[in-house]
Parts: sequence; C-alpha cells; structure tokens
Amino acid sequence: MVAEVVIKTVDLNCSFGQVPAMNNLNIEIYANEIFGIIGPANSGKTTFLRAINRLNYLNASYRQTGDIFLEGQNIKQISDSILRKKIGIIFALPQVLPVSIFNNVAYGPKVHGITKKNVVTRIVENALKKAYLWDEVKDRLDTLATRLSGGQQQRLCIARTLAVEPDVILYDEPCSGLDPISTAKVEDAMRELKKDYTQILVTNNTKQAARVTERCGFFLMGDLVEIDETETLFTKPKDKRTDDYITGRFG
Amino acid sequence: MNAARVREKIAFTILGLITLLIVLPIILTILYVVKNGAGAVSWEFLSQSPRHGMREGGILPAIVGTVILIIGTMLFSLPLGILSAIYLVEYAKDNLFTRLIKLSVVNLSGIPSIVYGLFGFTLFVVFLRFGTSILAGSLTLAIMSLPVIITASKEALESVPASFREISLSLGATKWQTVHYCVLPYAIPGILTGTVLSLSRAAGETAPILFTVAAFYLPRLPHSVFDQVMALPYHLYVIATQVPNMPASISFATGLVLIALVFLMNLVSIILRAHYRKKKQW
Repeated sequence: MVAEVVIKTVDLNCSFGQVPAMNNLNIEIYANEIFGIIGPANSGKTTFLRAINRLNYLNASYRQTGDIFLEGQNIKQISDSILRKKIGIIFALPQVLPVSIFNNVAYGPKVHGITKKNVVTRIVENALKKAYLWDEVKDRLDTLATRLSGGQQQRLCIARTLAVEPDVILYDEPCSGLDPISTAKVEDAMRELKKDYTQILVTNNTKQAARVTERCGFFLMGDLVEIDETETLFTKPKDKRTDDYITGRFG
Repeated sequence: MNAARVREKIAFTILGLITLLIVLPIILTILYVVKNGAGAVSWEFLSQSPRHGMREGGILPAIVGTVILIIGTMLFSLPLGILSAIYLVEYAKDNLFTRLIKLSVVNLSGIPSIVYGLFGFTLFVVFLRFGTSILAGSLTLAIMSLPVIITASKEALESVPASFREISLSLGATKWQTVHYCVLPYAIPGILTGTVLSLSRAAGETAPILFTVAAFYLPRLPHSVFDQVMALPYHLYVIATQVPNMPASISFATGLVLIALVFLMNLVSIILRAHYRKKKQW
C-alpha cells in the first residue's frame, strides 16, 4: 500500500539566532496516521511542529532553510491564514480564551468569515462532539471556558481547532498537564479523529507514544535519529541512542 | 523587646511619618481651598458669566471651556495614542526606527508644558493659521497628553498574555483580527485608566493653552472650533494675579471647581479600573 504523503520536509534547517534547533530534516508524514515524535527536551520536537504552521516566525530571531510541503504544495506559497486554517495546533498547556465555551469554538469560524448564527451553532456542536466534550458542556455553553477543568479545556482546544476544519492537527505535548483520566479522554478523541485527520503528536511520554501512534520518530539535539513503525521502534530500535532513551537510560 | 524589634519599630515609625508627609500637603491644600472657597460656590457661580471685571458673577464660560478642551484633546489624542501603541507593540519590528520612536515618546513626556505651549502656538496658531482657537488649544493639549497615553496603552497591550495572540494566529486569524478580537478587549481597561489620568492632567494645565486658546475675558460661550474660550486654570491665574481688588473667595472657589473636576475624572478612572478588574478572568 502506498500511503498518501501529507507533509514532507526537504533539508529543513531551523535556528533561533545562532542556536540551531533542527538539522537537515527529511521526513514524510502520511494521511490519516498518528505520527509520534519523541525525544528529550531541546531535541527540536516543538520547533518541527511550529515550523509546519510557521508559528516559529512569531519569534523574531527565527531562521529557516529548506522546504516544507503540504499535500505536494510548498507552504511558502500558502498564506499564513490559509496554512494555519489547514494545520491546527494544540498547545502543551490548555490555552483557552477568557470567553464562553461557545465563543472559544466559534472564534475560528468567525475569523474565517462564517457569521450565520445557525451555521456557527452547528459547527460548534459538531466540533464539541468530535472532541468528546459535548455531553459535558452542552447545558452550559455560555459558561466561561476558564471555569472548565484542565482536561476539559484541552478537549475544548481540540474542538476549537476542529471548528476551522483543518487537514492536519499538531499536538505539542497535549497531555503534559493532565491527569491520567483526562489523558485517556484526549487519547480517545485522537483515535476517533484518525478517520478524518492526519495527526502529529509530540510527547515527552514514551508510553503515550506507544499507546496511540502508528509510526514514530526519535529526535535528539535537532537530528532525526530514527523513524519506524511504533512497535518496531519500541521493541527493536536500530540505533543505540533510541534504545537508551526508550529504556530510560537518559532523557 | 530585643534590639532588632526596637530598630524595626523605629524604622516603621519613620517610614510612616514620611508617608504622612506626602499625604499632608494634599490634605491641607484641599482643606484650605475648601475652607476659603466653598462659601462662594453657588448655583449662580456655576451657571453665570463673570461680571464687573470678573469680580462678580460666575465662571460658567471657563467651566464650559475646560470641558470642551478636554473633549477636544480626547478626540485627537485617544485615537492617535492608542493606534501608535498598537503599532509599537503588535506590528513594529525591533529595529533602529522603532527604538527611536520609543525613545522619542519617553523624552516627549519630559518636555515642560510651556514648551508645548510655544510649539502649539508656532505650529497651529501661526503656521497652520488656526488662530487662537479651541482647535489649536486641543491639538496642543493632545500632543502633550500623547506620551502618557501611548505609554499606558503600550503597557496595557503588553500585559495581555502572549498565548491569546498565539491561539488566535494558530487558528488562521490575521494579525489585525488577532489584535481586534484577542488583544484589544483585554487591554481596554488599562488604556482607559491611563487616558483618563492624562486628560485630567491636561485639564489643569495653563501653559499649553496660554497662547493657543485661552481668553482673558470672554463672557459668551463659543460657537465654533475656531473660537477662543476661557478655561479654568488660566482664569484662575488671571483673577489671582491680574485683577486688582479681587475677592479671594472667588479665586478659591474657582480653584475648588477645578480640583473637583479633576477629581471627578480620576474617580471615573478608578471606577472603570475596578469594574474591569472584577471582570478579568485569567
């Protein structure tokens, strides 16, 4: 089976000022997979994610060479607004706006010009259902989102991303601040979303990578050390450094 | 009591006295003005024009003039100040040009108000031919208030968490949508507070309006922005120093009205801030 390549990088180099963050990355991510990225701190995981939707450029010292392709198109040819609509991101800490649950989800459609009340209402409901949050909040959509628990807030963030109908969802250590039960709910949502979305999960938690991803890459100091099927990577890693990291000898 | 506790007590007492020293002049000034001026404040004083060489009658034209000047100043300085702050915080790249602007803003706030007065006179009254008018005076006061408004707005914008901007941009919002929906609403309280404070300072200034708008004696109310007006601070200066045989109570009463006006504006600012602080949810 030849899988469709959704994201591809060619000789991607990233740096912040003089500090290199990513060296010559060549990677392909396939449609509808959950691709995991593991590695210790400062290994370039987050830089890679934020390079894909150009969020790195919010930092004035950021420099990048090489190319990133989204569904065959060089992202340099796509405007920030369209690119980020197609590639959503979930941040490490649940970050909600201090407005109602409804308005958090409705924000994306609003900035993309969807204003009809009934359309927005339907989008919000669908997004919340897909993020497994609807049943918990359907009676209090007007409540401030900041009143929700951490796990609910993170699923709200997923719903907010889904509401702009992306093709790809990036997760930047989405469960690092969550308890095990909330983590399980977020992971359930991810598995369910596989049908319609390509997902990239950066995680510090190797067990989580083993639980939800199909393929995995191990990053170290800005290098992609090894990339393989998750099961192979975790049971028979080819590189000694991968083995050391997975078995907890460093990192 | 051991020696350390004694020293602490002495230190606190000294600090307390010094703090009192700051409050005391304000309280005394206000008490003095109230004591000498309150008797002369009446409905007639607030609602009529001055008569008999300003020794009788009221100060209505000066009150109206000051209020008009505050509104005029606000009309010019508020949009200009807030928009420049938005540019500096949200759009400007950190380069020589931006740093130059920021330095200018800081330095502008240190310029003596009489210099603003002369500048306003040269630019607005003479060069742009606005004449001695509400327009020229408002513009001069507006330029004087700008540094404070810009600084306050900048601080308010910078205090909005960076994550709000990231959320918005990551959903594909444009820069302006982000500023409009995710930054400004949370910065408005701080901006308003700073603005009102700077306007209340402008209301009490004499030097900038001296050559640009203030009339020595003009009992009628203005008809257009090219008219002169009387203004409370200048009127106070005039009746206190230029008019012989002036009853002291009228000077003090005028001062009292000016203080009350400024206090009222500061009060509005405090209420606004308290109101928004209660609504702050992050």
